[in-house]
Amino acid sequence: MTDLTSMTIAEARAGLASKSFTSLELTDAHLSAIEAARALNAYILETPDQARAMARAVDAKIAKGEGGPLAGIPLGIKDLFATKDVRTTACSKILGNFVPPYESTVTSQLWRDGAVMLGKLNNDEFAMGSSNETSCFGPVVNPWRREGSNTSLVPGGSSGGSASAVAAQLCMGATATDTGGSIRQPAAFTATVGVKPTYGRCSRWGIVAFASSLDQAGPIARTNRDAAILMRSMAGHDPKDTTSADRAVPDYEAAIGKSVKGMKIGIPKEYRLDGMPAEIEKLWSEGAAWLKSAGAELVEVSLPHTKYALPAYYIVAPAEASSNLARYDGVRYGLRVPGRSIGEMYENTRAEGFGAEVRRRVMIGTYVLSAGYYDAYYLRAQKVRTLIKKDFEDCFAKGISAILTPATPSAAFGVGEKGGADPVEMYLNDIFTVTVNMAGLPGIAVPAGKDAQGLPLGLQLIGRPFDEETLFSLGEVIEQAAGRFTPERWW
Amino acid sequence: MSVDAATVRRIAHLARIAVTEAEVPHLQGELNAMLAFVEQLSEVNVDGVEPMTSVTPMEMKKRADVVTDGEIVDAVVRNAPDTVNHFFLVPKVVE
Repeated sequence: MTDLTSMTIAEARAGLASKSFTSLELTDAHLSAIEAARALNAYILETPDQARAMARAVDAKIAKGEGGPLAGIPLGIKDLFATKDVRTTACSKILGNFVPPYESTVTSQLWRDGAVMLGKLNNDEFAMGSSNETSCFGPVVNPWRREGSNTSLVPGGSSGGSASAVAAQLCMGATATDTGGSIRQPAAFTATVGVKPTYGRCSRWGIVAFASSLDQAGPIARTNRDAAILMRSMAGHDPKDTTSADRAVPDYEAAIGKSVKGMKIGIPKEYRLDGMPAEIEKLWSEGAAWLKSAGAELVEVSLPHTKYALPAYYIVAPAEASSNLARYDGVRYGLRVPGRSIGEMYENTRAEGFGAEVRRRVMIGTYVLSAGYYDAYYLRAQKVRTLIKKDFEDCFAKGISAILTPATPSAAFGVGEKGGADPVEMYLNDIFTVTVNMAGLPGIAVPAGKDAQGLPLGLQLIGRPFDEETLFSLGEVIEQAAGRFTPERWW
Repeated sequence: MSVDAATVRRIAHLARIAVTEAEVPHLQGELNAMLAFVEQLSEVNVDGVEPMTSVTPMEMKKRADVVTDGEIVDAVVRNAPDTVNHFFLVPKVVE
């Protein structure tokens, strides 16, 4: 039998359908791989018993011909998704041993379609981070290493556990969330495909909230096709999330292999940063050349407010976070640290429960919303956000189908290497991805090459609202041209 | 703009996060680094620009005014640090 963990979802789907193996066999293979890869710290909770029970149940359904679109496919779930009766912490001490009595809409749709849960995946605390180093469970290690080096590298963040697990073949695909780049940046760091859908495409219900106007769930997978398969199950209207879009979910997989001939692809000049590594520049030109030879037309476009997206984000996101995280007060769930009064109890609980990055963001958010500063910071940032969105609208109005950019300004860096002295150093990781969240657009990160040290690099495609299909078609062109990248096993 | 030590203490209190005196200078430095970074927004001309309130143009749906849930008190309190008879227990608030 071929190695069950190295298959794509599409291949496993075919193998399950032809009865070449069972979901239980597929699940067991992954559970063994997880056990052997604990050095990566990708899973913060393994759920083998539940996984086997789900696999057995779905095997019975497959036998009766009742398997759903994801029947028998083992997945990892980011710990930001509430999973019924399975500990969910957002990788924060403040949630402690929180065991949700409900299931997030997105994961419930995956189980509805027959997927199997292997466990919960590590992430930056409350999804605040770009390296997965802020997790209360410790950092995740990237399965990729620089050639000839055994330095531990970060997998990116906040969905670092998801990206690391998918790249290391510890699950066939994973759920993730993206507020400023948290799906696409780790995907780029690990040579996986990460999709940040249009705001409203996936329900946010049951996902631990960070910044509600920016948060969006999406998949990380090893191929564009696999990501498309997962998207179809994750997307859809949910009456429990009033911002979820009430529109039909297309068959995203049908977009794989579709011609991109005649499509106009925007190349935004503002993304050509001073001091950008030559390798990133080269990758970007290569990506453009691939799309061109597939028949697309390249057009230079301008997104003049690009440089303001990251600073505006660092007002809007912390402001929303400070409001969302007010609920963690030691009263209804999670950690409680006693105090002489209820006020002191709140303060002690939040001081001990939140890590340094979360404390910092809650404080900056509190400041920019406080009396006297609201207009200067928050209101101005929301106006800038309008301008950022208008840049994209103007671009799409000129007939641009999608925009091609680098996914990240660098390849993966070492654990402990960045952000120690100045938090802004870490924030700059999201410089190419954050605009997409600010404008509510869909974006995809696709593996496109390697740097001189052998580390993966990704390209990003940004689409029109609710046009994820075009991104999958274009992403597939890049995948076919660039090939796939798998880390060498050292763990 | 930048914040002084007193402002750091005030923000921490507003955010209900206990901060020790020893932590103040460090936090002050970090907050000021962030504020210096966002300062560049002041160069953008935002005259006549509407602040964004919804990133996708959608009309907010209203739910039907019907009971869809309930009778799950055990589930509601099951994660609470301290309860008595299905009530959340907190330190005394009214003397």
